[in-house]
Amino acid sequence: MELFHNLIFGFGVALSLQNVLYCFIGVMVGTLIGVLPGIGPMATVAMLLPLTYNVPPVAAMIMLAGIYYGAMYGGSTTSILVNLPGETASVITCIDGYQMARQGRAGVALAISAIGSFFAGTVCTLIVAMFGPPLANMALKFGSPEYFSLMLMGLVTAAVLAQGDMLKSLAMVVLGLLLGIVGSDVDSGVKRFCFGFYELADGIGFVIIAVGVFAVGEVISNLSDPEERTVFTSRVGSLYPTLQDLKQSIAPIIRGTALGAFLGVLPGTTPSIATFASYMIEKKVAKDPSRFGHGAIEGVAAPESANNADAQCKFIPMLTLGIPASGTMALMLGALMIHGIAPGPGVMTQKPDLFWGLIASMWIGNLMLVILNLPLIGMWVSLLKVPYRMLFPAIMVFSAIGIYSTNNASFDVYLAALFGILGIAWRMFGCSPVPMMLGFVLGPMVEENLRRALQVSEGDPSVFVTRPISLAFIIVSVLILVVMMLPAVKKRRGDITG
Amino acid sequence: MKPGLHKNKDFWAGMMLIGIGAAAMFIARDYRFGSALRMGPGFFPTVLGGLLIAFGICIVAVGLRSGEKIQGSLSLRALVMLPLALVLFGILMQVAGFIPALVALVFVSAASGREFKLMEVLLLTVVLTVASVALFIWGLGLPYPLIKGF
Repeated sequence: MELFHNLIFGFGVALSLQNVLYCFIGVMVGTLIGVLPGIGPMATVAMLLPLTYNVPPVAAMIMLAGIYYGAMYGGSTTSILVNLPGETASVITCIDGYQMARQGRAGVALAISAIGSFFAGTVCTLIVAMFGPPLANMALKFGSPEYFSLMLMGLVTAAVLAQGDMLKSLAMVVLGLLLGIVGSDVDSGVKRFCFGFYELADGIGFVIIAVGVFAVGEVISNLSDPEERTVFTSRVGSLYPTLQDLKQSIAPIIRGTALGAFLGVLPGTTPSIATFASYMIEKKVAKDPSRFGHGAIEGVAAPESANNADAQCKFIPMLTLGIPASGTMALMLGALMIHGIAPGPGVMTQKPDLFWGLIASMWIGNLMLVILNLPLIGMWVSLLKVPYRMLFPAIMVFSAIGIYSTNNASFDVYLAALFGILGIAWRMFGCSPVPMMLGFVLGPMVEENLRRALQVSEGDPSVFVTRPISLAFIIVSVLILVVMMLPAVKKRRGDITG
Repeated sequence: MKPGLHKNKDFWAGMMLIGIGAAAMFIARDYRFGSALRMGPGFFPTVLGGLLIAFGICIVAVGLRSGEKIQGSLSLRALVMLPLALVLFGILMQVAGFIPALVALVFVSAASGREFKLMEVLLLTVVLTVASVALFIWGLGLPYPLIKGF
């Protein structure tokens, strides 16, 4: 079996002492920062990205992936223990998780969340391993028109499914594309939008925008929030779920995983959509829906599994097609490029150790989360009590050093300050910066493929609709746009993502 | 009652997009536009700029109809102090070295919060500076002078 052969190869890579160590560091640091209030997974990955510069590419990606799902896991922990979602995806977990905690069953909620996440992680590792290669093989045959249309589809779905106003999200994608092409044009060498700064000749650094908007911007936003957060922790209680708990959780975990995996592959679907939908399904199929909201274990098991499945399956389009399906995946894609790896279907054939090693490490990382984090809950709880006024200067330190060390340039730090201000302005105007990030990462590739496609077709734009695969992507993009503009869908969409 | 334009968030979002789009198109006039067959460096930015203006106009139109207000509050202090802290860090890295840059960064950042307790901030500055030197200079081996001239 090809699949098992590949997975064994992957485990061989991931289980090397160095990679296990980086996976461990990633998971621990990710959880640590994920637990701290006011820092989401995106800001965490952006801030810690520069730490991986001197690490070999495989280990760097393994560590970043560990940080990512560690941060997600940390977010769930805070929602259960203190009713304070670390990120939007954990909002749903708060409902029943916190109620369980108030009934003295926080330990069980945490354990079920960990077990559900681990199950989802295991299934999705297999899904990535199974569907990755055929997808990448298909994509290897793509020409420029297919690539352009695929990216168009990715960007449209990302904008449409992102949180907030659809029109603004589409505009933010375009703004991102524009920011992405700052610097020397690969074709003509003309320096575009550099305003005479030689530092911009290679384009705006990816870390600058990510840290500026998501770390610095978030700090400004948190400091502007007049609400003082009070942390109230309850007793954790026994960690061991009863047989009855397990029985009640099995079906929700499976349903949550399936739903999360399906939604996860779609670009732009935030994990909050998966968690919200899975919670609604559980409430529908439950014999006694009134238990929900009062500490129903299904209300923790299903969304937590969906959350993790979604997060993991986001790696499929990123690794096989080079298309980021979420903001964090855009950061991962940027990390690949920083390490000199061209993202796309070629990664699997040219860097099999990276592809399979990363997949195997996800499973190992998920296992580490279960084994290590449950006993460490006491430590995470005490971290929750660190006041934000002592945290944010540390975030600023990491941000500043991270940006500066990328090119040893003060200019980059100034630029990040500017993007911090822009980031807060965008937030206030209701423009989500995540679609901008996807556009930014894809900007140069979109232009390059558009240029090449039109060269091949001798300037005839119909090339995008006469080639069948490209046509299919275009039709899907248009369909999504049209469906989302229907008034009924528009309203429902507002309910879910708003 | 609809709020004034200065508080209308869609109006401002749209105006910002129109502004950026127009600037992009204006600057891109200096780059060769080319043709569809041979796209010049000006082709893509001009198209994107046009799209931004179009989106901007739509969003302004939506805003004039719905009149949604800008949400959330903004701490002017944080908006000024945090970017300032970064700029100070950048300048001091060039002229004074890693430690002075860090001290300025932590101190000015901390001063942008709601509460400012001098002793606590001083302690935090020392702890974060020592930890950063240990992690980044000794641990990761970043080649920055701790204090220039020493």
